Amino acid sequence: MVGTDKRLKVAMVAFVYVLLFLIVLAMLVPYVWMISASLKLNKDVFSFPIQWIPELPRWKNYVDIWNRIPLGLFIFNTAKLAVIVTFLQLLTSSFAAYAFSKLRFKGRNLLFLGYIATIAIPWQAYMVPQFIMMRSLGLNNTHLAIICLQAFSAFGVFLMRQFYQGIPDELCEAARIDGLSEYGIWARIMVPLSKPALSTLTIFTFVSTWNDFLGPMIYLTKTPLKTIQIGLRMFISQYSAEYGLIMAASVVSIIPVLIVFLGLQKYFVQGIASSGVKG
Amino acid sequence: MQNETRVETGKPEKALWSKGVREHLVAYSFIAPNFIGFAVFTLLPMLFAFVLAFVKWDGANPMKFVGVDNFTRLIQDTTFHKAFWNTVVYTIGVVPFTMACALGLAILLNQKIFARNFLRTVFFFPYVASLVAVAAVWNFIFSPTLGPLNNILHAITGVPIEDLPRWAADKDWAMFTVVLFTVWKSMGYYMVIYLAGLQGINPELYEAAQLDGANAWRRFRNVTVPQLAPTTFFVLMILVINSFKVYDIFINLFAGADNQLNDSTRVMVYQIYNTAFRSLDYGYASAMAIVLFLLVLGITIVQFNGEKKYG
Repeated sequence: MVGTDKRLKVAMVAFVYVLLFLIVLAMLVPYVWMISASLKLNKDVFSFPIQWIPELPRWKNYVDIWNRIPLGLFIFNTAKLAVIVTFLQLLTSSFAAYAFSKLRFKGRNLLFLGYIATIAIPWQAYMVPQFIMMRSLGLNNTHLAIICLQAFSAFGVFLMRQFYQGIPDELCEAARIDGLSEYGIWARIMVPLSKPALSTLTIFTFVSTWNDFLGPMIYLTKTPLKTIQIGLRMFISQYSAEYGLIMAASVVSIIPVLIVFLGLQKYFVQGIASSGVKG
Repeated sequence: MQNETRVETGKPEKALWSKGVREHLVAYSFIAPNFIGFAVFTLLPMLFAFVLAFVKWDGANPMKFVGVDNFTRLIQDTTFHKAFWNTVVYTIGVVPFTMACALGLAILLNQKIFARNFLRTVFFFPYVASLVAVAAVWNFIFSPTLGPLNNILHAITGVPIEDLPRWAADKDWAMFTVVLFTVWKSMGYYMVIYLAGLQGINPELYEAAQLDGANAWRRFRNVTVPQLAPTTFFVLMILVINSFKVYDIFINLFAGADNQLNDSTRVMVYQIYNTAFRSLDYGYASAMAIVLFLLVLGITIVQFNGEKKYG
């Protein structure tokens, strides 16, 4: 009896690992194929059976791609937007969240309710009037439009406030008695203590700005202003047969996100987990 | 005491401002940078959307108030109906499929298994990887005649390539292809939510069930499922809302250089985008946007009531 039970268990574990291996394979194959294709001539990309490791890797694809489209400019534009948006988001959100969580003033609950109520409203529902407003302010085809659009989210304020709620009020009281101003408390106590929450917000904002598609598609129609997403999309639709170059550009566009993701993955996971499980 | 406070009041501050007023000013100065941006770029456009839905406007000529005309037009607009139904079909495909995969992977990763962190990264990475890039790879892999997928299927089954599904290029298979892609891309996100939910379950419940002689399936059925109900509910709501907002995935899988979608792949946000930015029919586009808003609002209200029940 015990013997069969044990054998069954071993069989189960083996089955799970085989299943897991197959899933992992399916998840990874697209990336491997992408890298492999990025090192081939167009005529070899689709040769069958698949040659996973090209005999003569064509590194030249990674040189040509920078001349074929202004890929460097696209990456610079995207990085610029992502850094500015993330910085503004962190600064203004943690600033506002401090007042919402540690200061008493008239209209606090009403204002906060205003923030909460809008979190659920999809951006797509008001993107048209927002565009009309931005255009009348002369912001169409400027990076400032994307910054204004992304930098003041209700989500950031909400996330930071949740975290500050967990910091004891006595800490702020003690600092006040020691003569620190509210700005001083924010800068010297709250910001250093909220590094995990700030990291979560950083990675969320950075990745969503880097990967944003519809926003830049509406606002940035001039090529020199484009971000990597819509720039890459433009390249793919213009040169749809340049398979090798398309794959090389795709690899290049994923690398920055991969680096940020691997570095801050812990905070990303914590952030998602805390949004799903009520705190 | 005020050596760090920025003095907004000039020199005889104590005489001019009472303590209460000053405290309020400090508080508002914390809120202001975010709130001004939020009010101008989020709140105002939201309100403006409701005005715009009742006018006819092309952005150049004067606005004309048309009452509910935009909404009666929607009722008769078969193209919009098509977009609406495609969105619903997509949602019905994505939601259960994603939930099952996310829960399954979460349960696997919740065990003591080999290379757990690596596996989590592998499952999660597609969610953050640039959509345009991964969609390009998928389009190559799923390419009807050239693509490795159909060539492998042909090699295994012997079915001629012309008779195999044309995936994204095939109006009958397009929805299946985009659902598959979406599940691949986003299940890692929901897996992480489920993992957090699983880790919140008291292990004693499993021990008690095991003592009572419950097998793995019964433990899943009678402990995991009920304990995870709030998480499942949350995941369900987020998934439905995200599916209704879909646009970029469809454009990147199906549209050519003109960014146009056909009847079998158009979705609601695409219809809003096209009506506003191609046809310059801002009022009508806003009426569609209001429909999207009401749908999402309805789901949110369900969620709010459900959270009361489960929470």
